[in-house]
Amino acid sequence: MSSKESILAAIQKNKPDLLPLPEHPEFPVEGDLVERYKSSIKSNGGEALEVSDPAEIRDYLELHFQDSQMILSLSEVVKGNYDIALAEDPHDLEHVELAILEGEWGVAENAAIWLPEESLKHRALPFIAQHLIVLLKKDRLLGNMHEVYQSINVSDSGYGVFIAGPSKTADIEQSLVIGAHGPRSMTVFLLD
Amino acid sequence: MKLPQTHADAAAEFLKDTDRSHWHDDTLWHVRSKRDASAQKIPEWEQLRTLASQIKDHVLSNLDTLLLQFEKNAQANGIEVLWAKDAQEHNEHVLRILEENQVKQLVKSKSILTEECGLNHFLEDKGYDVVDTDLGERIIQFNKQVPSHIVMPAIHLKKKEIGDIFHKHLGTEAGSDDPQYLTEAARQHLRQKFIQAHAAITGVNFGIAETGGFVVCTNEGNADMGTHLADIHIACMGIEKLIPRAADLGVFLRLLARSATGQSITNYNSHFHRPRKDKKMYLILVDNGRTKQLGREDFRNSLKCIRCGACMNTCPIYRRSSGFSYNSTVPGPIGSILSPGMDLKKHSTLPFASTLCGSCSDVCPVKINIHEQLYKWRQVITKEGPSQPSKKWAMRFGGNVMSKPKLFDLMGKMARKSLSISPRGFVYNSFNAWGKHRELPEVPKESFKDWYKKNRNK
Repeated sequence: MSSKESILAAIQKNKPDLLPLPEHPEFPVEGDLVERYKSSIKSNGGEALEVSDPAEIRDYLELHFQDSQMILSLSEVVKGNYDIALAEDPHDLEHVELAILEGEWGVAENAAIWLPEESLKHRALPFIAQHLIVLLKKDRLLGNMHEVYQSINVSDSGYGVFIAGPSKTADIEQSLVIGAHGPRSMTVFLLD
Repeated sequence: MKLPQTHADAAAEFLKDTDRSHWHDDTLWHVRSKRDASAQKIPEWEQLRTLASQIKDHVLSNLDTLLLQFEKNAQANGIEVLWAKDAQEHNEHVLRILEENQVKQLVKSKSILTEECGLNHFLEDKGYDVVDTDLGERIIQFNKQVPSHIVMPAIHLKKKEIGDIFHKHLGTEAGSDDPQYLTEAARQHLRQKFIQAHAAITGVNFGIAETGGFVVCTNEGNADMGTHLADIHIACMGIEKLIPRAADLGVFLRLLARSATGQSITNYNSHFHRPRKDKKMYLILVDNGRTKQLGREDFRNSLKCIRCGACMNTCPIYRRSSGFSYNSTVPGPIGSILSPGMDLKKHSTLPFASTLCGSCSDVCPVKINIHEQLYKWRQVITKEGPSQPSKKWAMRFGGNVMSKPKLFDLMGKMARKSLSISPRGFVYNSFNAWGKHRELPEVPKESFKDWYKKNRNK
C-alpha cells in the first residue's frame, strides 16, 4: 500500500461522523474606512497618506529618494527610473531601492493590501526592494478580510499576497525592528 | 532503563536563574496582554472562534475527501504533491527533491513540522548546509538549540547573549547588543544566502482544498525572499492544516496573528497556487501520528491547532518554566496534549505540567478544550502506570488509606500528632515535593469530622 493509500485508509477508519461546514455570516464594518486604514497601518509599522493630486507623490519621492537610486514603478501615476522589462530574473532586482506598486484591494481593519502576481511582475519585487510604496484608490478599501475574500478569487493568480506593513521582527527580546529582510518602510498613498 | 527527564526536573534547571525566569514570565505575559487588547477590539471575536472551531470540526470529519480534493487541485495547478506517513519518509522526500534538482544551497523559513521531523539534522548529516532564515530561528541555529516557543523561537535568550552569538558567527562588534544593529547584521548575512539559494523550504499555515493552493504567513518576509528567488520551492504541510474554502481564510487570518502576538495580521500573507514559469513547487503532506490522534476521540480536537502559541503565552507553567522544560517540539499546553500521542513514555510528565486553570482553553482561537484534554491524558497515563516510582507508591498508599474510613481517621490522628512534634528537617526534606517552596498549613488540633460531631447540635 502506498503512503497515500495508508494515510487515507487510516483517516477513514479513525475520523468521526461528518460534521457540517458552517456558512460565513456577514460581519459588517462601520465607521470611516480611510481613518481606520491609516491607524491600522501605523500599528503595523507603516504609514498611509491621503493625496488628491499625484504631484504630491512626486514631491514625496523627491524629498525621500535620489535619482541615482534604482526606482521601479509599476504604476502609471508616477514613474521610476528603471524598466521592469529589463529584469529577466528576480535576481536582477537585488539593488532596487524603491518599488512602487498599485494595490488591488485594501483592508481597513488590518491595513492589508491584496497584490496579485499580475501587479508585481516579479513575485520577489515587494520583498527584495529596500522600500515599498503602494498606491491604492480609496474606493478599493473594504472593511475586513471577509469582504476582500468575497471580492477576489485567490487562485486566479499563481501567487498573490496581502502585505500589511514593512518587513519586521521582534525576535531579539521582543524589541520591534523594522527592516528584517525586506522593505525598511512601507508607505501607502490613498488616492481619491 | 533511564527514565526521561521529567518536566519538573527540567523546569527546576530553568528556575535556578531567578532573574531570567521572572523576565521570561513578564515578557510572555506582555504578549498575552497584547493579545487581549487586540481580541477585544473585534466585537465578533467569540463568534469567529466558534466558526473556526466548527470549520476545523468539519475538516477533521471529512479529512480524506478534502485531502483528495486538495491534491487534485494542487496537481492541476502544477504543484507536485507527495505523501509521507512519517518523519523519515518526509525527510527522504526532501532529500530526493534536492538530489534530483542538484540543489547545493538551500534556505528555510519557519516550519514547526520540519522541526518535528528533525529535517535539519537529517540534511546536515547528508552534507547540506541548511540556513534557517527567520531571525529567531537563525539565532538558535547558531546557538545549536531548538525553538523554545513556536512563534518566538529565541524568546529564552537575552539580547546580550544574542550579541555574543552574532559576534562569534557574524563578526559583529563584541559586546554590542542593540537589536537594530544585530538585526541589520543578520539582514546583510541572510540576503546573501537568499540570493545564492537554489531551493527554499517553507511550512504551510493553511492549505485550501477548493483551490489547491496554500498560505504562508510571516512578518519578516523571509518565506517570500526565499521562494521567489530560488528555483525550487518545497512546502511541508501537516495533513490537518487543511481548510475547505478560500473564504475560510477570512476567519483564520483574523484570528491567527491577534492570538499569537496581538497584531491585527502578519505583514506578509502569501497565497501560493502555481510555481513560477519553468520553476518547481513541491508540497509534502505529512501524517506522522496525526491519523492516530484523529482516532482518539478525547484528543482529536488537538488537531485543530493553528500554531498561534497563545496557550503558551498565557500558561502560568510555561511562562515560568520555559519551552525547553517540555523537551518536545511543540511545548506548552498544546504540546502537552499533542506530544503524549506521539510518544507516551517520553512525554508522560507533560500533562501534569499544568495547574488545569483553563486559561489555555480560554485563549485558544479554535476552542480546543486543552485543559480538559490535559486531565484526560493524566487519566490515561495513570491507568497505564505512572512512570515515576515515587508517584506510583504515593498514589497506591493514598488510595488505600482513603478507601478505608477507619484507617483514614487513624492516619489523620497520627499525622496531626507527628507533624506538630516533628523537627523541621523531618518534614521538609527531599521526599516532600510540596514543601520545597511552600509551608504546610498549620496543623489543626482535631479533624473536621471530630469538630462537626461536637458542634452539629449547637
